[in-house]
Amino acid sequence: MKTYIAGVTSEQLDELIGLVKGVHGFDFGDYSKASLKRRVTRIMQLKKLEFYDLKHKLVNDGDFFQHFLEEVTVNVTEMFRDPLFYKAICSQVVPYLSSYQHIKMWSAGCSSGEEVYSLAILMKEAGLKAKSFIYGTDINTEVLKEARKGIYSFRKIKSYAENYMYSGLKGSITDHFTIMYDAATIHSELKQNTLFSVHNLVSDGVFNEFQLISCRNVFIYFENPLQEKILELFYNSLSPHGFLCLGSKETIRSETFRKKFKVVNSKENIYQKIAS
Amino acid sequence: MLLLGGSAGSFKLFFQIVKKIPPTINKTVLIIMHRKRNFFSEIEKLFAEHSRIRLKEVCDKDGIQINAIYIAPANYHTLIEKNGQFGLDVSEAVWYSKPSIDVTFESAADIYRERCTAILFSGANQDGAEGLLKIRNNGGLAIVQDPNEAEMAEMPQSAINNKAAEFILTTDQIIELIKHNC
Repeated sequence: MKTYIAGVTSEQLDELIGLVKGVHGFDFGDYSKASLKRRVTRIMQLKKLEFYDLKHKLVNDGDFFQHFLEEVTVNVTEMFRDPLFYKAICSQVVPYLSSYQHIKMWSAGCSSGEEVYSLAILMKEAGLKAKSFIYGTDINTEVLKEARKGIYSFRKIKSYAENYMYSGLKGSITDHFTIMYDAATIHSELKQNTLFSVHNLVSDGVFNEFQLISCRNVFIYFENPLQEKILELFYNSLSPHGFLCLGSKETIRSETFRKKFKVVNSKENIYQKIAS
Repeated sequence: MLLLGGSAGSFKLFFQIVKKIPPTINKTVLIIMHRKRNFFSEIEKLFAEHSRIRLKEVCDKDGIQINAIYIAPANYHTLIEKNGQFGLDVSEAVWYSKPSIDVTFESAADIYRERCTAILFSGANQDGAEGLLKIRNNGGLAIVQDPNEAEMAEMPQSAINNKAAEFILTTDQIIELIKHNC
């Protein structure tokens, strides 16, 4: 018989947020609730846990909390997601970046690394790979392991091929992979000058200065006050005239930061820091 | 809130409905239409030109306004937040669909409860059947397009099989209801 697990109510979600903060010091208070609710419900259904059992495990099982963190964050990503974004980077941002001696990029919330490698491919095609360095960060240590490997199923690569085609880059996405059996491994030259590490946007601070920060489809999981806090982190992490890229359906809501960034491309949400 | 969900074969019908939504509708209309991922044709533009009220594609954290038509963007799930904003989500597709009608219907049922009407139209999969049931169970009005009139009957038929349909109406009846603020 199929056991039915109803999932959490809004009140239970609030209770859970308080519990996780109290026990583990991890604050989901400013996360978007509708999405968080779906994620928590999904975990309960996958693990067949009633609300009471979930609470019990979160308090008493340290390993479970790590697993909960990994499952609660959304790790769906694509190479060259929103191909027109990459096209805009090529035409509007790369010419500007090319004048720098060293180009440092940060993919914040990089998940399994697809965006980092998309940027690496783009920089290689622009002839700037040798002087660029790309950092990928995420709060989820498991996905970072995947990112470091740079191995994706061929089925996935096949679905990225269409994105690649629309991005305007020459050749095909498979030009950048070694294919063995049903897996595709990113070429090792594209892995050079990339670094993946743990970073929590909610609680960790500035760790370097970048010419470009890409944080796409991460803000959707945060409420406006938290978005503003992270915008401050990004602003302080950008070099003068550095670029900030958000997801195509995200935008800078904060009045303060609207004044601190110039819009480079309103459709693809590419901004440039106005030097103070 | 008035929610309209559909997949293959719904485009023309949605276009027809958008044209007929009265400026006095006094509610929010949200259209969830299955769309291809890299489909760049500008549906919003075409719809907006023919709409008598404001029409826009949902952006994350947009405040939900009445007398406005919103379209769920491709490659995201559209959710309703308790604080009166839309939220977006890129998590796994549901019934191979993103946007998924189930996801939005369930979220709207959660927040609006009896204050929402959902209509499910033509489509070639089962997306929407679960969400519509939740709308109905939470006291909202759950309507299904008559499968005999739908270009693809599977979606409305699945909702009927799921006991989610409170009313099964013809296209003309649905348009009549919308014209007169159901």
